[in-house]
Amino acid sequence: MAAPSRHSAMLSVSNSTGTPQSGSSDKTQIPQQSSTPQPIQGLRVPSNRKTIYDRHLNRSRNAELSRASFAYLFAEMVTYAQRRVTGIQDLEKRLNEQGYPLGLRLLDLLFYRTTTTSSSALSSSSTSSSPPNRPLRILTLLHLIHGPLWRLLFGRSADALEHSVSPDTPNEYMITDNDPLVNTYISVPREMNQLNCAAFVAGIIEGVCDGCGFEAKVSAHNQPTEMWPSRTVFLLGFGESVMEREKVLERAGIK
Amino acid sequence: MSYYFTILSPTDTPIFNIAFGTSKGGGDGIARFRFPDTAQYMNQFIIHSSLDILEEAQWTNGGMYLKHIDTYPPAAAYISAFLTPSGARFLLLHQPPLVPNPASSSGLGSSSLLGSSGNTVRGSSSTIATNPTGPQTEEAVRQFMNEVYESYVKTAMSPFYKQGMEICSPVFRTRVTAAGKKWL
Repeated sequence: MAAPSRHSAMLSVSNSTGTPQSGSSDKTQIPQQSSTPQPIQGLRVPSNRKTIYDRHLNRSRNAELSRASFAYLFAEMVTYAQRRVTGIQDLEKRLNEQGYPLGLRLLDLLFYRTTTTSSSALSSSSTSSSPPNRPLRILTLLHLIHGPLWRLLFGRSADALEHSVSPDTPNEYMITDNDPLVNTYISVPREMNQLNCAAFVAGIIEGVCDGCGFEAKVSAHNQPTEMWPSRTVFLLGFGESVMEREKVLERAGIK
Repeated sequence: MSYYFTILSPTDTPIFNIAFGTSKGGGDGIARFRFPDTAQYMNQFIIHSSLDILEEAQWTNGGMYLKHIDTYPPAAAYISAFLTPSGARFLLLHQPPLVPNPASSSGLGSSSLLGSSGNTVRGSSSTIATNPTGPQTEEAVRQFMNEVYESYVKTAMSPFYKQGMEICSPVFRTRVTAAGKKWL
């Protein structure tokens, strides 16, 4: 029963008069007074006549989401992903897949916000207020993730950025978060201690890397220390094509 | 000046395209390419053939707007490109009006209209139509691209939109048309 009533609220054109209790009288009157142009066939316009294209992308720039509601939503996401999984790896893969499209979107949003506001949130990777550059090298990409992306998501930078010391795996990089927000309210049962729900964040990182053209596999690992019991390391393994290109670009002197 | 604008997804799927003409200098915003009506696919052909060059350019230039990247002399077509950070490509093909006018009245679909608009465009000498690679044009295209980018980000942020899906929102189309009217 809830669905039809919500529909009628969204489609204002004829029904807006029938809702006297809502306090937004000035908003609902506009469509009545002016002879509005006929809505395009088949297009549903929200009651305040604002499509997503009329909304400003920077309005919620400094707004913060309630942590409680996020924790609740995220717990539901984990529960949802946990249905009919075959094991911990499968569960982490599903969480990763949930994060991936988010990473692609955040990338566009991040760049849009930095181009329009000219406040240099991307300053670590570009100079002053000129439009930020797309990352071409691995290091610029990692700085983008470590700094601006983390600030967009969690309001602070990540805690560490390291390159693999092993000569066998020069394509592996690590980003460390001492206390990931997504794990704050999650207690993992003892028999599943391999699980790290920050696999969702790993998915976001993977989306960002892929979007920029850096094919990568990203996974989240528990590495607790005494001071930071929920310390998480995100392991980024770049693909061979990326490493090859990296060499070519290095020779060409492109930063 | 006639324009053909395409957005390609990172996996080379065309997700949006539109053809329009200039609105500056008395133009009426209708595209008049110098191909016969039966050969409109030429636009797509030319624009997609510039993808190779774009893929080279995208790793040497970190900017989002890559300016004018390719020319197709047989059709006097110029192609400008804009890359979103998430890998979508905006490609704009522009074809300036023919300078010696007589050819225009030969068998093309809308010959009389073409003649008149050609005259008015040439009348105002400093419009972007006169110099497709000049700094003025680059700037106008950049503004156009940025405005489309804003709308594109809004589309991409919609939870119902998945990367690579065709953008069929009429509002998006109006936005692009408006940006074209404003800048080109």
